[in-house]
Amino acid sequence: MPPIISRGFGGRRRGDAPPGRVPPGQYVTRDYPVLSAGPTPHTPLDRWDFSITGEVAEPRRWTWEEFRELPAEDVTVDIHCVTKWTKLDTMWRGVSVDTLLAGIGTTAGYVIQFSDGGYTTNLPLADVRDGKAWVVFDYDGGPLPPQHGGPARMLVPHLYFWKSAKWVRGLRLRTVDEPGFWEVNGYHNYGDPWREQRYWGD
Amino acid sequence: MDELMLDGNAAGGVLGEVFAVEMTTATMMCGGCGAAGPVGALHLFRGAGIVLRCPQCDNALVKITEGGGRMWFDFGGMQTLEIAM
Amino acid sequence: MEGTTVLGRLTWQAATVARLATETPRVTTIAFEVPGWPGHQAGQHLDVRLTAEDGYQAERSYSIASAPDGTRIELTVVRIDDGEVSPYLTGDLRPGDQIELRGPVGGYFVWEPDDGGPLLLVGGGSGVAPLMAMVRLRAAADSAVDTRLLVSSRSWEEIIYRDELERLAGDGLTVVHTLTASAPPGWAGYARRVDAEMLAQVGPGPAERPRVYVCGPTPFVEAVAEALVGLGHQPQAIKTERFGPTGS
Repeated sequence: MPPIISRGFGGRRRGDAPPGRVPPGQYVTRDYPVLSAGPTPHTPLDRWDFSITGEVAEPRRWTWEEFRELPAEDVTVDIHCVTKWTKLDTMWRGVSVDTLLAGIGTTAGYVIQFSDGGYTTNLPLADVRDGKAWVVFDYDGGPLPPQHGGPARMLVPHLYFWKSAKWVRGLRLRTVDEPGFWEVNGYHNYGDPWREQRYWGD
Repeated sequence: MDELMLDGNAAGGVLGEVFAVEMTTATMMCGGCGAAGPVGALHLFRGAGIVLRCPQCDNALVKITEGGGRMWFDFGGMQTLEIAM
Repeated sequence: MEGTTVLGRLTWQAATVARLATETPRVTTIAFEVPGWPGHQAGQHLDVRLTAEDGYQAERSYSIASAPDGTRIELTVVRIDDGEVSPYLTGDLRPGDQIELRGPVGGYFVWEPDDGGPLLLVGGGSGVAPLMAMVRLRAAADSAVDTRLLVSSRSWEEIIYRDELERLAGDGLTVVHTLTASAPPGWAGYARRVDAEMLAQVGPGPAERPRVYVCGPTPFVEAVAEALVGLGHQPQAIKTERFGPTGS
């Protein structure tokens, strides 16, 4: 049975949808909804670190001070959440994953992002290289707030946003794919919003 | 304290679409720490799906995802589910 | 005694707006006719779904504020100015309009007269809605169970159901208000956020083993539950219904 349309309901917080910018099935929001699979972690910066582990010749690790000394860049991108909201022109600042992986020796084809609180999400390694991904620490001109993933989160805007882990603490490189927190529970293993790959089998 | 957190009671509607018995009064035992209590008292978070977590140890007992005419349940973090008949 | 009810699976069903009534400047009670409504228990909630013409959907949960009454149910909605759903429900809906709802939901946060008491009901803002369903059911059932209802509101003008609570008070129902933002001249009641001292004074104390229900915005519920446990109430005797960060 199709849903009943409620007269006059439009969803007031929606924005205009410029042609070509909005993937199928998405709606533009001016808000920034906060969605979380668990309680907001609060790791103190003096205990925070970011690691590259797994199928690498040598694991890498940065403390917060070391991480903030890496070259960073400003990035403006559209983001697409699988729950159907799209936010245009979001502004971030962070370190390109290319910088973090520069010169790394690996035969891995896959990468698993892991976060405080236990969240994981998996991608092909190629999808975080060549200017496609960042570890960001600023949003909209200021430090990334905890409820949005601060102190640092992944930004992988060409995929649905569950593929950009909040509270990220590192990347585990693997030769074998390892479906993450949501991928084992119905969400698509790759997640391309332009092919509307939301769920298994899409 | 997490402002976003709700009680497991809020998952009653979604669970009720699949289970023909009232689920918020069902008891779940955590596979992580062994704590047992009503589903209504679990800690509920909304991410890309619903996550019900143990109030004692934060272990994810249940994940629920819905979309495209399907629902998915992961009860992997839960040890046992008890339903009064 | 809450057991498990075999209900059959829930589905979305049509509800037609019967009446809208202003409770306070920001709060509206909406009465719906729901053909085939199976009845509900006091304290249960339902999920509302709104679909726009272009397919956009939004869902929210609301406690049922009315006592069981055939196919008629009432929801009390606080208008959040920049909200997505509450301005529509409180401002745009007209009698005859339709929405979808799924319920009733929840056997956990319910009270039936046979459950007895004493009862301690603590509500913040719109958190008083499911507690009101309990109070209304109690009145309809002519129950004399010792019931203390502590309501936290920002101001006198913003107390939801104020007049009805005044009428229902008595016969074992004690209603206590606390105002957190402003109080009328000469106000002799509580004028601060709910705290342990206030809860101890309103009672009942832990020795009386009351059934406790706390409902409202998440920070409110957390603070009250923590205070009650600090006073010696058993955590298992305290049922909470968190409404989320804004209480909407």
